[in-house]
Amino acid sequence: MHRTGALYGQFKTLEQQKDTATLGMWIFLVTEVMFFGGIMLAYTINRHTYFHAFAMGSNTLSLGLGGFNTVVLLASSFTMAMAVWSAQTSRKKLITLFLSLTILLGFVFFGVKYVEYAQKFHHHLVPGKNFDIFYCVDNPSKCTDIDAADLAKEREELEVAAKADPNLNAHAQLYYSAYFGMTGLHALHMVIGAGLLFWLLKESVAGKFNAEWNNPVDIVGLYWHFVDIVWIYLFPLLYLIDRHK
Amino acid sequence: MQSSLPTFPEQASNFAGNVDTLFSFILMTTLFFAVLVTVLIIFAAFKFRRRSEKEVGDDVHGNNVLEVGWTLIPTIIAIGIFAWGAAIYVNYRIAPKDTLDIFVVGKQWMWKLQQPNGRKEINELHIPLNRNVKLIMGSEDVIHDFYVPAFRVKMDVVPGRYNTMWFRPIKTGKYHFFCSQYCGTNHAVMGGWVTVMDPAEYAAWLSGESGDVNPAAAGERLFTQFACNTCHIANGTGRAPSLNGLFGANVLLADGSTVVADEAYIRESILQPKAKIVAGYQPVMPTFQGLVTEEQIGNLTAYIKSLQSQPVPAKGGGIAPSSAGKK
Amino acid sequence: MRTQATGPAPQLPEKHYLNATYGIRSWLLTTDHKRIALLYLASVTFFFFVGGFFAMMIRLHLLTPNGFLLTPDLYNRMFTMHGVTMIFFFLIPSIPAVMGNFLIPLMIGAKDLAFPKINLLSWYVYVVGGLFTLWSMVNGGLDTGWTFYTPLSTVYSNSAVAPAVVGVFITGFSSILTGLNFLVPVHTMRAPGMTWFRLPLFVWAHYATSIVMILGTPVIAITLGLAAMERVFGLGFFNPAMGGDPILFQHLFWFYSHPAVYIMILPAMGVISELIPTFARKKLFGYHFVAAASLAIAVIGFLVWTHHMFLTGQSTYAAVAFSFLTFIVAIPSAIKTFNWTATLFGGSISFDTPMLYAFGFLGLFLIGGLTGLFLGALGVDINIHDTYFVVAHFHYIMVGGAVMGYLGGLHFWWPKITGRMYPEWLARIAAFILFIGFNFTFFPQFILGIMGMPRRYHTYPPEFQIYNVMSTAGASILAIGYLLPMVYLTWAAFYGKVAGDNPWPATGLEWKTQSPPLTENFDVTPVVTWEAYDFHNRPDLGLDVPGGKGSPVVAPAHGDD
Repeated sequence: MHRTGALYGQFKTLEQQKDTATLGMWIFLVTEVMFFGGIMLAYTINRHTYFHAFAMGSNTLSLGLGGFNTVVLLASSFTMAMAVWSAQTSRKKLITLFLSLTILLGFVFFGVKYVEYAQKFHHHLVPGKNFDIFYCVDNPSKCTDIDAADLAKEREELEVAAKADPNLNAHAQLYYSAYFGMTGLHALHMVIGAGLLFWLLKESVAGKFNAEWNNPVDIVGLYWHFVDIVWIYLFPLLYLIDRHK
Repeated sequence: MQSSLPTFPEQASNFAGNVDTLFSFILMTTLFFAVLVTVLIIFAAFKFRRRSEKEVGDDVHGNNVLEVGWTLIPTIIAIGIFAWGAAIYVNYRIAPKDTLDIFVVGKQWMWKLQQPNGRKEINELHIPLNRNVKLIMGSEDVIHDFYVPAFRVKMDVVPGRYNTMWFRPIKTGKYHFFCSQYCGTNHAVMGGWVTVMDPAEYAAWLSGESGDVNPAAAGERLFTQFACNTCHIANGTGRAPSLNGLFGANVLLADGSTVVADEAYIRESILQPKAKIVAGYQPVMPTFQGLVTEEQIGNLTAYIKSLQSQPVPAKGGGIAPSSAGKK
Repeated sequence: MRTQATGPAPQLPEKHYLNATYGIRSWLLTTDHKRIALLYLASVTFFFFVGGFFAMMIRLHLLTPNGFLLTPDLYNRMFTMHGVTMIFFFLIPSIPAVMGNFLIPLMIGAKDLAFPKINLLSWYVYVVGGLFTLWSMVNGGLDTGWTFYTPLSTVYSNSAVAPAVVGVFITGFSSILTGLNFLVPVHTMRAPGMTWFRLPLFVWAHYATSIVMILGTPVIAITLGLAAMERVFGLGFFNPAMGGDPILFQHLFWFYSHPAVYIMILPAMGVISELIPTFARKKLFGYHFVAAASLAIAVIGFLVWTHHMFLTGQSTYAAVAFSFLTFIVAIPSAIKTFNWTATLFGGSISFDTPMLYAFGFLGLFLIGGLTGLFLGALGVDINIHDTYFVVAHFHYIMVGGAVMGYLGGLHFWWPKITGRMYPEWLARIAAFILFIGFNFTFFPQFILGIMGMPRRYHTYPPEFQIYNVMSTAGASILAIGYLLPMVYLTWAAFYGKVAGDNPWPATGLEWKTQSPPLTENFDVTPVVTWEAYDFHNRPDLGLDVPGGKGSPVVAPAHGDD
């Protein structure tokens, strides 16, 4: 079926096309809720059963980096919303600007995530044969990125946790499986989002979006906001267990 | 035993009659509706067959009264069947207090069954007539299922937990049992025979072969071997509650709740001692996860059961006050 | 009797979707929903015969109690791969991907589905998933049962679990994309005058199915994803040796897999809701109730999954709640059955092949559905769970129900899809052969279940043999019943009698176009002014409507002759 301008052949009007694509994106997001929901359920059940190990795992995550990433993503949702507004008001240069900012913030997020993942790898916290929740405490010389005071606190917490849960390592591995599973899936969705944003950027530079037709910006915005919301759930679930001390 | 076209197995347990009666009721009901609808379809197909090429049917939209009727009536029947089935099931899931307990371990691809006196069987189960029998079942590897068609009972055997099932055999004889949850290569040959004997014969059979040591005695040895006795001192002066009179009693926990000290509680206390702390005691018990096998847990449980009739110390028992002195 | 077109025999239209463009690229890169439907037809037929091959192996092996044909490991692979192929690669896609794709735009008066490129993508995703799974089948096979229970599948099995699970995971996305492509057009792309309650019930059925696809499939995706990671990386969510819980796997698995059975049956019910009004030439009795029942099945179907787990040792009271809900979910299906039956009364019934399949569906679905009541009743389930009773129950519904619906629909719409008619008498004979073969195959399995034969057994006690032999004999007849349509439908597509726009005639919007349709479906967007299946207000069909336009003929009073 042939296209005339922005209008695809199976649609009668741009209005119908917009309604269709928007509904399609919302329904797709519902499937994503069910998808993430499944792993969040598994996580929640295991967190209830193995609270000590999960609290221990959570405390080895960097609150600073996680918090920073949260702010980065929230900011990126703001710039995305600004991009949509710019498209709706035909401000062509601003669309490109805000899309670029959103992509940039996305890459900042990836960068921080890379730092976090690399750290976990060095600390033997990646699930598998070498997983060892006690690694840094047992080998402080190998974990020079943790300062002595924090390491001492970690040692204390580990002792308490190990008393409460003799299988701490195995259960902490469950925590990290969930951590990598959930943040990995989230990161994958962000990569796809970044790809969509690049495409939008290209189209915006070519002047495709204006007040009459801006639906693609709108629905990619929906997707990006959803990915942000997933992180808003992940951050407290993963980073903020038992942090009131 | 083998007629030309065999169908229902014999009814050899207390559940079989009830289950078969419900089955027959459902059969009659569904047969009635199946026949009714089929007859109506065949009748209509014949009576309203097309007479001429261009004929059309009547202009009928529907009938709300019929709709309500054929919604409500099946619903009522369905709820009736549900309730009857649920009643049988609830009775089946809640074992009576006085049971002959058999420990069962399923593993690829055989069954190990242990009698109360320690006598072990492989792929065979001997039980006495007219006695409530409870199977306490664990798995060493994957999920299995213990199924006795003649008793109309089955239960999954899941690794990492105990599942129990109970029944009362009402007829002597030999009855097939099967593994009935797919478990790998030899799932289909992982079965055996349940032999129901007259009580006297059973008693004779039980004591006949010297077989293995009494599980309670084996448990007592383990109790010393694992140093349980250093904390769980019988007269209540130890760091841990005395286990006299514990089995079957209510235990008061540190958080104020009570729990019945059954097999699952004993097993959990051995493997995850921090899960439930007895009121007035410190959480200092180490775990024996990885140090005891399922069979050893069974023997320890048998030993603790044998302490039921021992005198409960005034102070230092784990038993909730309201049931102190309970059997 | 089928209405013969009066006047000269119809000609195939000059231009239609099959000859609009030529060449393999025009097919592999098509975005025409009708061509995509045919791509699916080819691939699901392929997988049907793959699954059928496994079924033949099972039935041949079970002729004797000691299994002469296969080793235990090989037999276990046969039933596992039979299940995986048939469920994920045949039953779930079949009617939606073939008939839904072809017909929904036509039925609602649209030029295509909402997202034609995503439609094509869904086919490629299906093929890739299928290839992964096929690869695993020839490289070690799969012997975990289609249910993949842990820790057998994640730790103990020595078969190619990971690639198979990845294959099913991938194919799930095909389902999600298809569901998306059905839900949206019904909302935004209906032709003028096509109100919700004028929609064919086929569309309602697919709408309900799509809700299930959208909500359920992502859950199996994450479940299989976790299982694959457990298998490959040794995680421990479902492994008790590492603190995990095998029952958690079962909950997550069945949360999708129960609604999946409604994905498999609702479309078939939608087909039946088209066939009966067409071949009785009468409105469907209780249209609104049937539409509502489809939605009810979709929703309540999400609330019953634990009835697959009554004997896992879970909470007794949870089991009671799920048993109650299981009985409730049976009610909408009963309502539909009564409405289909009531449609026949006062109708003008012909016995063309599609109608024979509809009758077959009614009888077999009735038995299959009613036997579900035995399984839902807790007290009886204790005895027959995991026996051949369950196997017979779901085959009655899936094969006796869904496959009959699929074949009935294929025959009904074959003239629209190909422009040519299949050979009627051969088709009727095949339908009979199928019906008889089916009952001989699966009825004895109810008896085996009652007798206590567990399922997934490569060897069995000798007292079970007689029914196994009956079942295998039936299966060979059933196989003929399936091969015949395969052959004559293919033949008819090229050499069958030209059918014309509306050979039956039927009332749907798809029948107001040429056969085969144009690529864009409609020259001019139709405007709908009639109710569904309204034979009394469709003078364009050329039938004798009593007191209606263009016909002085009075309908004969029924029961007089």
